Amino acid sequence: MSAPKPYANPYLAGAGLGLVLLAAFVVAGRGLGASGAFIRVSEHLRGGGGPWFDWIVVEIIGVVAGGGLSAWLAGRWRVAVDRGADRSASGRLAAAAGGGALMGAGAVLARGCTSGLGLTGGAMLSVGSWLFIAAAFAAGYATMPIVRRAWR
Amino acid sequence: MIAPLVDAGVFSDSASLLLALAIGVAFGWALERAGLGNARKLMGQFTLTDLTVFKVMFSAIVTAMLGSFWLARLGWLDLSRVYVPDTFIVPQILGGLIFGAGFVAGGLCPGTSCVAAATGRLDGVAVIAGMLAGVTGAGWLLPRVPALFDATPRGVLTLPDALHISYGAAVFFVVVVALTGFRAATAIERSRR
Repeated sequence: MSAPKPYANPYLAGAGLGLVLLAAFVVAGRGLGASGAFIRVSEHLRGGGGPWFDWIVVEIIGVVAGGGLSAWLAGRWRVAVDRGADRSASGRLAAAAGGGALMGAGAVLARGCTSGLGLTGGAMLSVGSWLFIAAAFAAGYATMPIVRRAWR
Repeated sequence: MIAPLVDAGVFSDSASLLLALAIGVAFGWALERAGLGNARKLMGQFTLTDLTVFKVMFSAIVTAMLGSFWLARLGWLDLSRVYVPDTFIVPQILGGLIFGAGFVAGGLCPGTSCVAAATGRLDGVAVIAGMLAGVTGAGWLLPRVPALFDATPRGVLTLPDALHISYGAAVFFVVVVALTGFRAATAIERSRR
């Protein structure tokens, strides 16, 4: 297999992502989301009602399809654990699960994540979204010194 | 006819689900092309070695914000019918702090964990499993603590309302913040090389 292609220019990719978000506004009157799909799946696993395939769950199925297809066409699809050079794969997976659980709790409390609050609410100028973005970046920078060795 | 098109009755329910799929595919594609399915690249934002997260996120916000602002100005989009997340001041600050700590511990956010998993990265699968546990636990616990969960509700509150400025002035302010941030990001990356 040939070497993976380099990633896109971040401003071009960001503008493309912004056009996708704008399309969601125009077509559906709602933005993008991710944690909402996790909440829907969790509700179903606990026996909640309602249709399985609502907007947000179908959108996330699309994210998986689009992300996988893009990586495959760019020669970037491979089974691996992305981690720092001196961190074991099992340690990385445990940290990933722990970090995921914290993010899940934070997203329930904040009523959204980097997609629904960050991108969507950010572009719609929601005050709560901008507070969430500022708090998340601040906590990220405060946490990095603690876990920095894991990312070398 | 004024957008949102779903409200205008252009699409049936099943057609709107097909659109959700198409929008999701484009969303996942854009994240993957930017490199945001890669935890090491995401974490460069917090070690200040690769500020792609900031550049992608803020160019996306500015693009969608300017697009919706001008479409509304032209009378083609009714902004009052586009979803704006409700503001809960204390829960969103506290939730943001917990989320940000989890992001750096876990290396991927919810959307990017789906992209990572879809590209074969097992750390993405682990973040997804952790997220499901977290939303299930917090989804059970937090509604039982309304003093925290429902604290400081402000409904739909936008920057122009809160700052008593026009919508256009708030849009301009965000553009200036983003452009300043892009210059700073480039300078930081240079200084780290």
